[in-house]
Amino acid sequence: MDATGKSKWIVGLAAAVLLIAFPLIIERLTSQYYLYLTVKIMIWALFATSFNLVLGYGGMMSFGHAAFYGAGAYCCALLLVKTACPVWAAALAGPAFAAAIGLVIGYFSVKIKGVFYFATLTLAFSQLFYILVFKWRSLTLGDDGIQGIPVPECISTLESYTNYYYFALVVTAICFYILRRIVQSPFGLILNTLRENAERSTFIGVNAQKHRLIAFVISAFFSGIAGVLLVFLETSLSPDVLKWSNSGEVILMGLLGGMHVFLGPTLGAAIMVLLNSFVTSYSEYWGLCLGLTLVLIVLFFPQGVGGLVHERLEARAKRKTA
Amino acid sequence: MPILHIKGLKKAFRGVAAVAGVDLTVEDNQIYSVIGPNGAGKTTLFNLISGYHTCDRGHVYFKGQEITGLPPEKIVGIGIGRSFQVTSIFPGLTVLENIRSTVLVTGKKGFSLFSQASKLGTKDSEETLSLVELLDKRNEPAGVLSAGDRKKLELGIVLATKPKLLLLDEPTCGMSTAETGSTIQMIRKIAQEMSLTVLFTEHKMDMVFNVSSYISVMNFGTIIASGRPEEIRNNQQVQEVYFGGAYAS
Repeated sequence: MDATGKSKWIVGLAAAVLLIAFPLIIERLTSQYYLYLTVKIMIWALFATSFNLVLGYGGMMSFGHAAFYGAGAYCCALLLVKTACPVWAAALAGPAFAAAIGLVIGYFSVKIKGVFYFATLTLAFSQLFYILVFKWRSLTLGDDGIQGIPVPECISTLESYTNYYYFALVVTAICFYILRRIVQSPFGLILNTLRENAERSTFIGVNAQKHRLIAFVISAFFSGIAGVLLVFLETSLSPDVLKWSNSGEVILMGLLGGMHVFLGPTLGAAIMVLLNSFVTSYSEYWGLCLGLTLVLIVLFFPQGVGGLVHERLEARAKRKTA
Repeated sequence: MPILHIKGLKKAFRGVAAVAGVDLTVEDNQIYSVIGPNGAGKTTLFNLISGYHTCDRGHVYFKGQEITGLPPEKIVGIGIGRSFQVTSIFPGLTVLENIRSTVLVTGKKGFSLFSQASKLGTKDSEETLSLVELLDKRNEPAGVLSAGDRKKLELGIVLATKPKLLLLDEPTCGMSTAETGSTIQMIRKIAQEMSLTVLFTEHKMDMVFNVSSYISVMNFGTIIASGRPEEIRNNQQVQEVYFGGAYAS
């Protein structure tokens, strides 16, 4: 193993140890709230990373990913509240339903040429879904939302967030592992060619629509898992989860953290969630603060914070070998 | 059986005929060039053969099989690779990745979700890169290459699709005289080694007459003359087109 491979292993191992020991440290030092925040970051990180498969790797500007996040959440929550469906089945049905919605929306959207129209169409579809959930009271309870979603005792957050923290950590880690494999696979490489130059890609034999659609469905599936994690964390759900602003937020996370680095959106999610939590506890101008941060990032580090770190590390590795 | 046979091909854009009834037959292992002034319809002809545009009328046969109206990815799959007049590569990927992605798609591994791309097709990709003399630049981002190297990389991409017929749209466009010479030598050598048929368009006349085994001249969307280089050189009509006769009146 070369030096960079070794240092990667060490960093990874340190991160894993830290993440596993985190609840113990938090319990000693401060309040459970930070554990809750960390789970929130994991959920957003998973959502933003799944989304980034479509935007950062596939170059598809989806403005409707809240639909998949919400579809996963609503499917799981409704099954738990309205049927005698076992928890594990409801948890699996969520992402499956999200993927099915992704297939429908994706089927029409990938035929569209041009970033603007793609964004508009995905936004329109997700708004349609939002209105449907909002108005269909008999099924979804509309804007009353769903309360008291039953969560199995072993991951219940009533007493402490520790158990749920570990549950979310394991789920997120597995999803990240799979997404990482996909990004590095031939499928992922071809997805990159479609972002770089779709015309050339077609002329090396790529079926662009089919490839994009598969990426879209995979992305919807993992966004749905993030939605299910949210349901178990909050034990309540309202149509707000489907709002267009959620679709916007994952784009911002990608921008903040960097769309061309695998962990970029995760970094972006951490920045957004933490910034939101701190700023809103001191002032009501959270939007202003976020706007300023974004302007600064886009102006000075268009590759995102993660992209910047990645560049610096690569430059250092190059200097070492030279 | 000819490798490429075109019959009565027509394409109009908003009523203006870009290709107005073209018949063309390319035999195996020929280096066939299509020349003609700007706007004669050469690129449109290439676009029709490669599936970039669909034709209004006419037929295209590849090795006797009709390919009229097939989408580009299908046409690539059966053995027609093309380059573009404006070099078309993947600028954000490395030189090696440009070729590797093509090798993987050609090997039908494009939908493999869990194998590691960086461990597949390396040998094939490197062989292709050494053919186009870019092996030493394999880890550079394709976007920083010089114009000449980009053309070579695009040629490499096209070769990695394992074509039988190469369609090259002005392969030396924007190159210096020295680069042009070496690129042409390279194309000729590769075509011979891999027993490829080459159909290309070009503006540099000395080069065309040097390498082509057969030449067709296009003007106003039709082929006005076809023949061996020496026949074309002595053709009255061709001389008129090239020395302004067609426009002078």
